[in-house]
Amino acid sequence: MAQTYRKQLIDPLVDNNPITLQVLGICSALAVTSSMQVALVMTIAVTAVTGFSSMFISMLRNQIPSSIRIIVQMVVIASLVILVDQILKAYAYEISKTLSVFVGLIITNCIVMGRAEAFAMKNPPIDSFIDGVGNGLGYGLLLMVVAFFRELLGAGSLFGITIFETVNNGGWYVPNGMMLLPPSAFFVIGLIIWGVRTWKPAQVEEREYKIQSVEAH
Amino acid sequence: MSDTHEPKGPLARFLAAPPDGVAKTVIVAGTLCLVASMVVSAASVALRPTQAENQLRDKRVNILQVAGVYEDGVEVNEVFAQFEPNVLDLSTGEFTDQFDVETFDALAAADDPAIIRDLDEDPAGLGGSMEAFRMVYLLRDDAGAIDKVILPIEGYGLWSTLYGFIALEENGNDIFGLQFYQHGETPGLGAEVDNPRWKALWSGKQLFNDGGDLAIQVAKAAGPDGADHHVDALAGATLTSVGVHNLVRFWMGETGYGSFLERLTAGEVQ
Repeated sequence: MAQTYRKQLIDPLVDNNPITLQVLGICSALAVTSSMQVALVMTIAVTAVTGFSSMFISMLRNQIPSSIRIIVQMVVIASLVILVDQILKAYAYEISKTLSVFVGLIITNCIVMGRAEAFAMKNPPIDSFIDGVGNGLGYGLLLMVVAFFRELLGAGSLFGITIFETVNNGGWYVPNGMMLLPPSAFFVIGLIIWGVRTWKPAQVEEREYKIQSVEAH
Repeated sequence: MSDTHEPKGPLARFLAAPPDGVAKTVIVAGTLCLVASMVVSAASVALRPTQAENQLRDKRVNILQVAGVYEDGVEVNEVFAQFEPNVLDLSTGEFTDQFDVETFDALAAADDPAIIRDLDEDPAGLGGSMEAFRMVYLLRDDAGAIDKVILPIEGYGLWSTLYGFIALEENGNDIFGLQFYQHGETPGLGAEVDNPRWKALWSGKQLFNDGGDLAIQVAKAAGPDGADHHVDALAGATLTSVGVHNLVRFWMGETGYGSFLERLTAGEVQ
């Protein structure tokens, strides 16, 4: 059993990463990766929500009428997100202001619903919890990597600590302002997906259409 | 879920029933909503005091920032003690001791009818009524003379009411700074009202032109009164900019702080 739990936790980090392989949750990855601190808090929030929502949904899975199952899942997820939002407002006010609407948007994060529907509805609570945490961490790992490049190149700092002294503060580094804008997250994520799929060719999707060569008469 | 024995008791029988019946669907949905709403409201009630404290601290930080005395790591409440809070009667432009400074914020938050006044015209989008008394903050220099006044302002942007402060120099005409501490405008567009570079544009602008008329504007291009009264609108956020324009002009105008500013300019405020 211990082996399976470990696999469930480790798998979504690289081999079955929700962003690079499943390509889910991109929208919030664009918004919250301009600084590492914000990305870390978002990681913790999403991990907590995916883990506990999967666990609760799994506990209820035999009682949930299939006709309203999506609504039931949404209610569970939304309640947990409100809970996280309230806790952040009480204990991490500055960060909750920076995250603003994106905490609320965890509700619509496809990863949370995706794990609830694909895994938690069919598996026991502990497995579902670990699966949820694993996917949350896989999402978070990518957020952190993207935030690392965006904050370092865009602001010359990591976790708010100056690494490259910027020109504005009398240093040598001219920050790349584009890295702080959302589109740059697209480029970084694209490069990461390219890198991961070169490293692990099994992740490359098959083409849906192929150009066929027809022999000439 | 073994089927070898008959379930006993109403709860066990209910749990064992197939989940797709109408009665069960309704009961599951109802119970879930009830439990979820109780959890959410319990969290909200239990955490409210801490949240309120954070909000108060945040508001004070904003007052310090708009007055230019905020530095990272300062003891907020200590620095805030230099500010002198006063309740201002907007209709006369004079301070009043009709209300207790300590409890005024709570009264204002509760929309106490003693404070609220209906508006005929509502350019700032305040919902048809405004506070006729407002808490303003004075910052004095070492000699005890007024150095800056910090006035709360608010108004509707595109999605939300923007709440903020404007800091004016002692002459009641020169703007020192403007800052919003709460709003729900679009991140990246309207929310750029928080951008330090845009906020810096306000510094040194003047509210009134040589003729004494209100001339400050937020617009794409400078108006007839020139650049001293003009702040660039935010790119991509026309409606938020218009909202800021309206709310600043409303609060600096006759219905707002107009009479107080006149007294300030004349040196009548001590």
